[in-house]
Amino acid sequence: MRINSKWFVVLMVALLSLALVVSGCGGKKADDKTIKIGVMAPMTGDVKTFGESTVNGVKLAIEQAGGMAGDYKIEYVVADDRNDATEAVNAATKLISQDMVDAIVGSVTSKASIPVSKMANDSKIVMISPTGTNEKITVEDGKRKDFIFRACYIDPVQGNVAAKFALEKLNKKTAAILYDQSNDYTIGLGNSFKETFEKGGGKVTDLLAYSSTDADFNAIITNIAQKNPDIIYLPDYYQKVGLIGKQAREKGIKSVFLGGDGWDSPELDYTTMEGSYFTNHYSAEDPDPRKQDFVKLYKEKYKSVPDFCAVEAYDATNILINAIKNANSKDHEAIRKAMQETKDFKAVTDDINFDKNGNPTKSITILQIKDGKQSYMTTVTP
Amino acid sequence: MQKSKWGSFIIIAAVTLVVYAVVRTLETMGLIDQYWQRVLDQALIMTIGALGLSIIYGFTGQFSLGHAAFYGLGAYSAGLFSKVYNSDHNLLLFMVSLLVGAAVAGLVALVIGLPILRLRSDYLGIATLGFGIIVKVGMDNFNKLIPALGGATGMSGTPQLANFDWLFIVALLVIILVRNFVYSTYGRACTAVREDEIAADVLGINTTNTKVIAFVLGCALAGLAGGMYAHRYPFLHPSSFDFLKSFDFLLVVVLGGLGSITGTVVTAVAWVFLLEVLRFVLGQTFIDFRGVIYALILIIAIIVRPQGIFSGREIGFLVPKPFSTLVGRKDGVNAGTGS
Amino acid sequence: MEYFLDQIINGLQLGLMYALIALGYTMVYGVVKLINFAHGDVFMVGAFVGYFGFTQWGLSVPLAVLTAMAVCSILGVIIEKIAYRPLRYAPKISVLISALGVSLFLEYFCSLKFVFGPNYRVVTRPFQEMHWNIMGVTITNIQVIVFFTVLIMLLLLQFLLYRTKVGTAMRTVSVDHDAARLMGVNVDNTISLTFAIGSAFAAAGGVLYAIAYPQIHPFMGIMPGLKAFTAAVLGGIGIIPGAVLGAIIMGQVETLTSAFLSSQLRDAIAFLILILVLLIRPTGILGRNEPDKV
Repeated sequence: MRINSKWFVVLMVALLSLALVVSGCGGKKADDKTIKIGVMAPMTGDVKTFGESTVNGVKLAIEQAGGMAGDYKIEYVVADDRNDATEAVNAATKLISQDMVDAIVGSVTSKASIPVSKMANDSKIVMISPTGTNEKITVEDGKRKDFIFRACYIDPVQGNVAAKFALEKLNKKTAAILYDQSNDYTIGLGNSFKETFEKGGGKVTDLLAYSSTDADFNAIITNIAQKNPDIIYLPDYYQKVGLIGKQAREKGIKSVFLGGDGWDSPELDYTTMEGSYFTNHYSAEDPDPRKQDFVKLYKEKYKSVPDFCAVEAYDATNILINAIKNANSKDHEAIRKAMQETKDFKAVTDDINFDKNGNPTKSITILQIKDGKQSYMTTVTP
Repeated sequence: MQKSKWGSFIIIAAVTLVVYAVVRTLETMGLIDQYWQRVLDQALIMTIGALGLSIIYGFTGQFSLGHAAFYGLGAYSAGLFSKVYNSDHNLLLFMVSLLVGAAVAGLVALVIGLPILRLRSDYLGIATLGFGIIVKVGMDNFNKLIPALGGATGMSGTPQLANFDWLFIVALLVIILVRNFVYSTYGRACTAVREDEIAADVLGINTTNTKVIAFVLGCALAGLAGGMYAHRYPFLHPSSFDFLKSFDFLLVVVLGGLGSITGTVVTAVAWVFLLEVLRFVLGQTFIDFRGVIYALILIIAIIVRPQGIFSGREIGFLVPKPFSTLVGRKDGVNAGTGS
Repeated sequence: MEYFLDQIINGLQLGLMYALIALGYTMVYGVVKLINFAHGDVFMVGAFVGYFGFTQWGLSVPLAVLTAMAVCSILGVIIEKIAYRPLRYAPKISVLISALGVSLFLEYFCSLKFVFGPNYRVVTRPFQEMHWNIMGVTITNIQVIVFFTVLIMLLLLQFLLYRTKVGTAMRTVSVDHDAARLMGVNVDNTISLTFAIGSAFAAAGGVLYAIAYPQIHPFMGIMPGLKAFTAAVLGGIGIIPGAVLGAIIMGQVETLTSAFLSSQLRDAIAFLILILVLLIRPTGILGRNEPDKV
């Protein structure tokens, strides 16, 4: 079949122009009785599943609120940031200038949230990141970005709690830390763990790095095995953790594994990680009725157990809806004020109050993997 | 009567001004909103970077898979410079920062290029790919030496001084520069090296010098593009500069047609827009399919036109008078035959 | 000393894993002179098929491997027919771009929900992992299996290429298509067969990889593919033993660098060494320096 290649070129150019015209014809501003929420999440790319959970959480929250925030009807738009800094900026520009959203819920990772936070702040649009844990999202170069908030705790807090738990509750003296050198989330947690652990008298035997794309961790595992640490801190996402854990156990390592909220997923390799502990935003097993109700709702709608992205997105959306209700206005500054002044809002994960940096003081749940599932251990309020 | 060469120059200048004016008006009128402005700017940045690779690969036949590394080096250098020295948003310092970006990229290219450009095609590709990975690892970890660079957390704080005006002018200058380079003696030497390195050598062309000059220039342009990028996007992250980004540049150069400036420019712009247009066309429900369709378009495009869209052809005014008979109006069996 | 030996074994395992992929890569390149970027993704498909085989379809491991190999052979042939054959006589870079497109396509297509989905799946090993202590170092049964698989693949390929008619046809095709035709070789079929075999090997590699590092996801082939390709070039692209040699060297360099120098700079140093080797032996370690005829 010989397609005349010149016509192909003409066709492509024509299609492209047509598409441009169609999509270029500006966005619609929501009418006065509707409020538009932009959702930024990685719908494609390497952490696609986090993106989906996030959007699920947002949708559930909006549904539960009856599609209304106070007197305003809620309209939402999802933008895909592919967990890429450039894409995130493009997606955010689209949300802000084309879709003319009044607020943003997003994004999942700090990598995507940081650039967007600057843009949102400059455009005076309230943004709340459900799971972005890097401090720079709300505070940069010492300056608070007033319109930016988050629903979760920040990296240093989680790392600290984990270290304290290891020292005090588990009575461990030595720890090795393994982190992904291209993932700032693991670096942040690893560093804060190290700081607190050493300050508390513990000894960090090794601080070793691997790459995101690695599957073979034998080299670093054999390395840390030499010093036989009590604890191995694995502050990465559940996929990596299972893999590392398995290889470590096979090498005969007996250390206790310790991790962070990235472990939270029904897909974590529970068998391998038996006996390990991790810090989290919440536990699906937590008998607290708020959590159980949420889990039930989510399971009914999505047929799966909600992970940390889902619950935080649900909370973030509700915090926003609550603020809009309190402000009873579409005015962005009013919403911002209401957000900052959120008082004891009963979210699923905790009661929410924002400090001056837009970060909530959240309690941290510590869970143990026991009998092949998450077992609630204790809640720590830092 | 001889057509005055100033005549055609004036026409080109006029056309350029018109294009610029049109875009600017549309922007101010709000018909092109912030989002499409940004896409346009990204397209211009891509164009500058792709032209760099066009010189290296399209015109000199050196298969470089590490272009994104130089793009990144330029971005970080220029960004860091502005972040540290240019907090008052001084435009002169902005220009200096761009030069810094290009210079750093060019210098590194010189150091790297001298030894590795002797390698043959596929091996050069691997070597440059490897270099790209080395740079990426460096970006992830360099904050241990210079904390401001941010490492895997990324770097922010570069004043966002690159707007459409700047990008347009720089892109224009780059196109002119590349065009003049290609049709100069250096450029002709490059093409000779691409076509048959041994024959070029025999003819007395210093092939090593030629290759190095092309490589340094091309990488410097990548650095310049990176510098612009740093001043248009508020946040730099190492993951934006990995080998996948190098493939993006390569793709644009090949699809556009090796050895064609027009091809590179048009394809760079079209490709960036295509990706964004797909976002709209697919909407929320089918956003999953963006990657699949992108890949399919790539495969179909290259099968239908293996030599690239504009292979062997250039828009008339880009070709200087003496060469107008040599650069064909038809599909040339031009570039890309290099092993 | 024991630590050093342990790391050597680690490096060997890693290297052999790369070899599984590199063999297919180098074989295809040897015959068709194409860097098949999609190889790493065929590897991924093989891993998934094998996973479904011994997890959901109740196949025994050898049967699952064979199924994966069969499926991927067909996939490889289809890919060649659709995406590479039309470009056979086009500039080499075009088919490379097509390969890139195929690679991206496989990745994105397989991560669609109705195909494999983007999730990482944990692979439950179909057999028990055993290890033995020999002279102070630990060797696992998986390492042994991989070792023998690579050995068999290597011997099979060498035998195929140098002792069979089919292999001779392949080698002829790699030199000159028209001359091959004149000799009565069906070039199209030979190339299809090459891809079929190469893809089958990739699939076998994929299943073993999934068992050794029990996790699969649609993007799992990118890095291993890249590293395997690097290994193949390191050893001399197109040369079968070169692929194994290059792979083993890469595995050792990565492991020993991480173990003794710096875990962060591991990849940087590994590729630096690669570049240095290429500067000394520009066509790879076992590469023959084919002089350009003018």
